Amino acid sequence: MDVNTDLAMWSNQLIVSAMIVYAFAMIFYAFDLFGGRELKQSEAITSGAARASTVRRTNRKTATALLDPPEIDASADASTGSGKNKPRRGARIGTSLLVLAVLLHIAAVLTRALSVMRVPWGNMMEYVLTATAITVVVFLIVNVKKDIRYLGTIVAGGVLLCLGLAITVFYTPAAKLIPALDSYWIAIHVPIAILSTSLLYISAILAVFQILKNAHETKDPKWLRFMRRMPSSIDLERFSYTIAAVGFITWTFTLIAGAIWAEVAWSRYWGWDSKEIWTFVVWVIYAAYLHARATRGWGPTRVAVLNLVGIATVIFNFTVVNMYFNGLHSYSGLD
Amino acid sequence: MAKKTPTDKSGKADVTQPQLGFFGMCRWAWRQLTTMRVALILLLFLALAAIPGSLLPQRIQDPGRVNKFLDNNGAWGQFLDTIQMFDVYSSIWFSSVYLLLMISLVGCVIPRSAQHWKAMRSAPPKAPRRLGRMPGYEAFTSAQESEEFLDAAQARLKRLGYRTSRHGDHVAAERGYLRETGNLVFHIALLVATLTMAIGSLFGYSGQRILVEGDTFTNSLVSYDSFEPGSYYDPDNLPDFRLKLDKFTSTFDDQAPGSQFGQPRTFDAKVTATVDGKSESHVLQVNSPVRVGSTGVYLTGNGYAPEVTVRDAKGQIVQSGPQVFIPDGGDPGYTSEGVVKVPDAAGEQLGFVGVFLPTATQNEKGELVSSFAELRNPYLVMSGYTGDLGLDSGSPQSVYTLDAANMTEMTDASGNPLLIQLAQGETQKLPNGGSVTFEGVKRYIAVDISQDPTQGLMLVSAICVLLGLGLSLFIPRRRMWVRINDGKVEVAALARGEDPMVERAAKDLAKDLGAEADADSSSDGTSRTHTASSGDKVSDARPDRRRTGRASQDAEEANGRSRPDDWQ
Ligand code: HEM
Repeated sequence: MDVNTDLAMWSNQLIVSAMIVYAFAMIFYAFDLFGGRELKQSEAITSGAARASTVRRTNRKTATALLDPPEIDASADASTGSGKNKPRRGARIGTSLLVLAVLLHIAAVLTRALSVMRVPWGNMMEYVLTATAITVVVFLIVNVKKDIRYLGTIVAGGVLLCLGLAITVFYTPAAKLIPALDSYWIAIHVPIAILSTSLLYISAILAVFQILKNAHETKDPKWLRFMRRMPSSIDLERFSYTIAAVGFITWTFTLIAGAIWAEVAWSRYWGWDSKEIWTFVVWVIYAAYLHARATRGWGPTRVAVLNLVGIATVIFNFTVVNMYFNGLHSYSGLD
Repeated sequence: MAKKTPTDKSGKADVTQPQLGFFGMCRWAWRQLTTMRVALILLLFLALAAIPGSLLPQRIQDPGRVNKFLDNNGAWGQFLDTIQMFDVYSSIWFSSVYLLLMISLVGCVIPRSAQHWKAMRSAPPKAPRRLGRMPGYEAFTSAQESEEFLDAAQARLKRLGYRTSRHGDHVAAERGYLRETGNLVFHIALLVATLTMAIGSLFGYSGQRILVEGDTFTNSLVSYDSFEPGSYYDPDNLPDFRLKLDKFTSTFDDQAPGSQFGQPRTFDAKVTATVDGKSESHVLQVNSPVRVGSTGVYLTGNGYAPEVTVRDAKGQIVQSGPQVFIPDGGDPGYTSEGVVKVPDAAGEQLGFVGVFLPTATQNEKGELVSSFAELRNPYLVMSGYTGDLGLDSGSPQSVYTLDAANMTEMTDASGNPLLIQLAQGETQKLPNGGSVTFEGVKRYIAVDISQDPTQGLMLVSAICVLLGLGLSLFIPRRRMWVRINDGKVEVAALARGEDPMVERAAKDLAKDLGAEADADSSSDGTSRTHTASSGDKVSDARPDRRRTGRASQDAEEANGRSRPDDWQ
């Protein structure tokens, strides 16, 4: 049925190519994050004085405190860097590779869309394919404003994992839409849902880093030494919140648009279908998260945990609900 | 009550004391209920309470599956039923959570609305004595004359969209009232949406009907296969219209590989709707209902209706016409089950039960299955029964199943159960001398017809929820003060809620008003941590500037959830 199988095949090839580049991006980002030689070098240079480096060798812990500028603001480090700082080469290479990977990735999305001449999110595989591309694009755009390359390892790694699932577990051959999805609402409801997922995912990674950074600030265990380069947990919290707040609005829109579509397709705007239930649960959890932030007695770490509960429901909603629950939303494209 | 003395042990006192206690307790409960903490817990409970509905079958969706679950699960099923696990969304526990939440919402919205109303109509309040405590703070000296300086500051703030007022030695300014307005709109719209949902289910209705090609549906109670009115729905209000199914066509994918093979691609029902005597043709599709006023007709299903003719021993037709066969939901090949009931057969009644295969193929095991949903090799496979169909027994019976309890199965000459297997156009003799003929196939559709008079209101509430949320999350609300005292200028800013720009706002205003440009200020607005450079003494007074956004929220909380207008 008018499916361009050549293009579909190209798309699959492009996905694999993008995955290879993502893997390298992840490795370089990991070098940056967990500090291979690169980090130690820049550390030594940051110290400026040779004496400080000596101190560092004799008393690692206090020296660290001495060596670290009061706040290694990542952006100051990279762009407005004082010149004493060596550029974070690992992160730079990581970002370059990420850009390359996402170009391949976008090409994969476009060829897939062109092969069937419709929006590229008609089944779970396509949804993952597009969602991961948007996640990387959101990540890169945010990076222009504010250096969050320390998230790179997890963004690249997560995308790699998802693409791996997309071409195996979720794999669906290119084909036209089923009638239930054939509506202009698919061009409104789904991309905003995808965008929400991407935003909430990035917010959740920030929440994880916030929790780790907080532990680093208070207890400073050895295995969290790599967190030194991170902004303060308060900054991380605030940033995580801002992104989650945008994500909550887009999720609210997703829910409302979904209800309108449901009325058109199924004669009622709300019917407690399993997908509707979980969309609602996700929404309520994030509403609770926003409340928790303004509630006394809820410290930043507890609030961050609520954020993680939120992303867990988002992931559950996409995977388990789509694949195993009975419902009207059976568009996974899987058997 | 104050008149009572401790020694007064009359009955009255006994009555009054517990009453006081009761009211006291009510007040206590109310105050608890309207705290943020309890609202938060209720929200978490709401999320939790919604989950079982996705794990267990629900009566509102599929009563059949609930019954099957109950049959398979014995006492465990009974227990789950007792605690309303199959009616989660109308259960006592689910309802109590959201009702408590709604009450809590009312209890929080009303005082906050009143306060906000007052705040919007009053001038920005005076500066606190010690501005140095504010999250945004700049100090510098100015040679300008005080009044002149304050005039300039006020004009500047006005231009920035602040509401301003003058108090002796300083200007007070505030912006972002829309943030609170948005928050209130959001919460009120949530309330309205919940109420609308409840009302909509009372005054609307929904019904189902199956239409075979050529059938006409007249919108009246008797025409529905099933009809579920809301408690206050008046069936006399059913709008007057007719709908005829002219033709139904579908296409299925025979090109795509793997799981996409055989998937449906188009469902088109050509219908003629007659309203007020005027007829109009429509194409009814899954995502394109036919609307008559606030009533909608939605395409929810389709299938095959084989036309079967049954003759008696004398060759007289005792039954003919299309029989609706129901496709097995999970089968892309549209294997459909159905029955043919022949109540009029002379003597004994006849019944046939079997499957219809649109594209019959033999699988590896030699069984007949349908490999594709289109009519490529239609086959009808049935067994026959004679006896009492039980139509007159009074107990309700589905038209799509056969109750063979009082019937005996037909057998062939050798005594084996008779297998009726017909390709289109074929006829098979029956043991009683009659015959069955598979004449042809018609398509049918299942439609939902429903009316919800509150949908418009729901849409408006939903839009208000969204707009209110946008305002409440992204409009910064901020107070600023500019004070001049003997040429010493102080600029301070205080945010309510999240406002990453609060320090920057003080800095920018200070610069506008003539402060020396800050040597190390970076232009991207993210370097909050550098602000301390403008005066180290000041930052000493504020142990952790970055915490202040949160701390001021806490302060608001400390003063009661109604967020008093006094932000200090
Ligand atoms: C039951 C009583 C409720 C109270 C007392 C209440 C109170 C509040 C307050 C004070 C805020 C502002 C927090 C801030 O500035 O960060 C807020 C925000 C919010 N509330 Fe509620 N709320 C209630 C119910 C609900 C309900 C039922 C929902 C929806 C499920 C909800 C969703 C939200 C959301 C999403 C926000 C974020 C907006 C913002 O942060 O400004 N609230 N609520």
